[in-house]
Amino acid sequence: MVKQVRIALRNCGRVNPESIEDYINARGYEALVTCLFDKKPADVINIITESGLRGRGGGGFPTGIKWKAAAAEVSDEKFIICNADEGDPGAFMDRAVLEGDTHSVLEAMTIAGYSVGADKGIIYIRAEYPLAIERIKKAIEISKEYGFLGKNILGTEFSFDIELKYGAGAFVCGEETALIASIEGKRGEPVVKPPYPAQKGLWGKPTIVNNVETFANICPIILNGKDWFRSIGTQKSPGTKVFALAGKINNVGLIEIPMGMTLRNVIDNIGGGIRDGKEFKAVQTGGPSGGCITRENLDTPIDYDNLLSIGSMMGSGGMIVMDEDDCMVNFAKFFLEFTIDESCGKCAPCRVGNKRLLELLEKVTNGQATEEIIPQIEQLCATIKKASLCGLGQTSPNPVLSTLRYFRNEYDEHIKDKKCRSKVCKALLKYEIVPDKCNGCTRCARSCPVQCISGKVKEVHTIDQKACIKCGVCYTNCKFNAIIVS
Amino acid sequence: MAKVIINDIPVEALNDASILDAAKEVDIFIPTLCHLDLESFNIEHRTGSCRVCMVEVELGGRSKMMPACCTPVQDGMKIKTNTPEIIQIRRTVLELLLSDHPFDCLICAKSLDCELQALARQFGIDHLTYTGERSSYPRDTSSNAINRDLDKCIMCRRCETACNEIQTVKVLTGYKRGFMAVVAPPEMKPLNDTNCVFCGQCVNVCPTGALTEINYINPVWKAINDPTKKVIVQTAPAVRVGIGEEFNIPENESATGKLVAGLRRLGFDAVFDTDFSADLTIMEEGHELINRINKNENLPILTSCCPGWVNFMEYQFPDLLHIPSTCKSPQQMFGAIAKSYYAEKIGVSPKDLIVVSIMPCLAKKYEAAKPEFINNGVPDVDYVLSTRELAKMFKEAGINIAKLKDEDYDNPLGESTGAGVIFGASGGVLEAALRTVSEVISKTELKDVNFVEVRGLEGIKEATVKIGELDVKVAVTSGLGNARKILEKIRSGEAKYHAIEIMACPGGCINGGGQPYIHGDTTKLERRMKMIYTEDERKVIRKSHDNPYIQKLYKEFLGEPGSKKSHELLHTHYHKKREK
Repeated sequence: MVKQVRIALRNCGRVNPESIEDYINARGYEALVTCLFDKKPADVINIITESGLRGRGGGGFPTGIKWKAAAAEVSDEKFIICNADEGDPGAFMDRAVLEGDTHSVLEAMTIAGYSVGADKGIIYIRAEYPLAIERIKKAIEISKEYGFLGKNILGTEFSFDIELKYGAGAFVCGEETALIASIEGKRGEPVVKPPYPAQKGLWGKPTIVNNVETFANICPIILNGKDWFRSIGTQKSPGTKVFALAGKINNVGLIEIPMGMTLRNVIDNIGGGIRDGKEFKAVQTGGPSGGCITRENLDTPIDYDNLLSIGSMMGSGGMIVMDEDDCMVNFAKFFLEFTIDESCGKCAPCRVGNKRLLELLEKVTNGQATEEIIPQIEQLCATIKKASLCGLGQTSPNPVLSTLRYFRNEYDEHIKDKKCRSKVCKALLKYEIVPDKCNGCTRCARSCPVQCISGKVKEVHTIDQKACIKCGVCYTNCKFNAIIVS
Repeated sequence: MAKVIINDIPVEALNDASILDAAKEVDIFIPTLCHLDLESFNIEHRTGSCRVCMVEVELGGRSKMMPACCTPVQDGMKIKTNTPEIIQIRRTVLELLLSDHPFDCLICAKSLDCELQALARQFGIDHLTYTGERSSYPRDTSSNAINRDLDKCIMCRRCETACNEIQTVKVLTGYKRGFMAVVAPPEMKPLNDTNCVFCGQCVNVCPTGALTEINYINPVWKAINDPTKKVIVQTAPAVRVGIGEEFNIPENESATGKLVAGLRRLGFDAVFDTDFSADLTIMEEGHELINRINKNENLPILTSCCPGWVNFMEYQFPDLLHIPSTCKSPQQMFGAIAKSYYAEKIGVSPKDLIVVSIMPCLAKKYEAAKPEFINNGVPDVDYVLSTRELAKMFKEAGINIAKLKDEDYDNPLGESTGAGVIFGASGGVLEAALRTVSEVISKTELKDVNFVEVRGLEGIKEATVKIGELDVKVAVTSGLGNARKILEKIRSGEAKYHAIEIMACPGGCINGGGQPYIHGDTTKLERRMKMIYTEDERKVIRKSHDNPYIQKLYKEFLGEPGSKKSHELLHTHYHKKREK
């Protein structure tokens, strides 16, 4: 059994994030010193490139190549942006790193600045992370006092400063071009790439945008070397990944696992199995942009490419476990609702397409759909995926596509049989009174908000199916288990 | 140069050329919707937001759908523009846009002039695969110029580019997110409660019926049919070079005489010309310029014919309100003279004389309703129709002006010179002024009345003109973004000029917010401009001060330029407007 390996979270809970001495004692700022005094910028980029580190924000783009592209640009000004606009439902690894190991992010950003020739860093952070913000501010101040940040760092020619910019809670601002627009004071909307931010980013200058967790990996790579990093994880995805384990599982919270670990290991061992002894159904990775992974893929080693090939994605690390009580159509609907709320509305496929897609899913869960709806859904998903402008739109149909792929039977049951096996989709439920168990206590009739239950005292009651709004109040109130749902 | 292959045809294109442009080189046309290329102004709107122009791009072994309008070509690209998959995707995108659009095409102001409708026709869409909730917003008719029906907004964002980048008025922005996203003033304020100057450039670029003019056709019909009213009409210079497009009048044929004939057939009691009052403007403004030059004070003088620009100045440059000419615009001068001199002449009370203006402009609607242009409840100009509205009236009345024989304007307010007609193109007001001012100052007849250096569609033009001993420095700007540049230089003292012509719309009134839609085809503007100068050349009299009816007007009524009566009737004042 492979255990957790902590690289990004190495200091979290172990060093006092508000003490720079503690951080230094844990080899803090040693990587920066090594880079500034022993390595040329190109050497640093080479180490990062050869380590195989890939962007932990979701896309998995090789970090070294990004840095190299920005380093190659000639410009009077360049920027390093730390993307801390964490927005996936339930995910909080960036917050954990920023709150628990603040200095490591500052140090890594400074190293990035040194490597690509930037003297300005910006941390774009959600305003809803007050503790992280407070700690970053303190850390910036103290590291300036120690000479790790600011003008002529450690007496060298290299200067680097970091400031904070606050996100107002728009999920799409996690997309790098939208994030840059937001920093520039514009509406947070993505723009067409190319040009990439590494060529033309903030204020039209070469800009590196890396996620918090990516930065959290930099110093250990510099300190321990690319070979050490490559010894962890898989060949194409070296290192570890932090996940926010959530849902119907016994042990919820942040985990950091080496790439290549199987989902079975995560769920059964680290997660301690499914809650209440229920049956495992699926795991959603990649948040609203990802897809679900089912029993048949439980032994797939987790890395960027494997997840993509089974119709999901790494994403920023959300991992939601579902059991037999979860309806997969409803589940797809949930994430789509999130996407619709968070779409910026710029491009037509995402703005209108996702709305129409949700309406189609609603028809399925309301029992109004016919069989022709599936090809319609598929065509719409294909268009949204291929024609949307940014990553948000291009991945938004994933939850629908992957549930269609692995749980087509549930869709068919909703459409043909008008049944929801998990009893989640209200419109498809039928509440009935079992005559043998009903003793005519009238409790159900009295509690029914639409008065659709009739019957005399001490006689068997009946529910008028046409009037029933499927609220479930009778079911909850019946003390004799005389009401069944089907 | 980049070598690419489009649908198996090798193409060489400039490195920063878009796939869309590269494809045009080999006559491959990719449908677009949000994209707008105003070539003559070097302005390209390419947000890549509608996704109608998607093409398949293969590069380095990877294949991806990309928007053709904003993806630059790269060496080695293999591009497909019409595979069944691409066509299906475009169709779906289009159907999605239609699914959130009201189907009131039959009663939409933009029917048959709508780019979304045209695209639906091009794709042969005869049913909708996707239907559902439609976004709905209150209609904004707060101003008397621009009608905003956001239910029809397709988020192409062209209006934002026009308002924010070209005009730098900056009242439009993306508002709300996701399905509810729409372009509106901040906080969804009605247009009238913003700094909007009503130039109408947003209306000009809107592909659908989301932005149109406030329509005054019905009250004009009513007035014409009211036996107690005498109804006269004036036509702005740029109208005659635009209206022909609505009736397929051949490109090089003047539509002026047909326009006059058509207006008479509509039932107007007299058909007059704003060109006449343009000549009058030159008399007054020229007088003002000569005065300021002689005293060498309060220079430069800025032209004040354009209400969009006057609005802009009142909002954004309140510290410079002393430098524009105090002259009313030609539209308002016409109204003032019509309701005094002319009314008196024909013995009709001003309240029974209705003045209708045909303007290439939407800000003129706003201008006519300004309180300073209303005397005792009687406005100088009663109704303003755009060129487009007039075309609709003609069509409604069954008048095809292309078939009509040319007729002449009525007198006394219909006679004009070449100097009057060139007001319609950027540079024309200044050229007209120079024709008069140079003769007045130098007291010798001009050998050549053509000041070609101030003509053309460029946003900022500068020239130095020798008048007598004096080097008169002039500048001409069109488009409010360009005006802003010049005004900032004046404010900082960096720029020294004697006179500056400013027009709100790029290219001047030929590209006004009320002109027939050009749908991005700026060659139409070039044609309109050419026609303006052809009209000028065809005139026997080409200098405003030589207009016999203007001379007569001064002799009989006004006295001389700058007289007390002139000031009462033909001049105005400016107000600082609070930024909203």
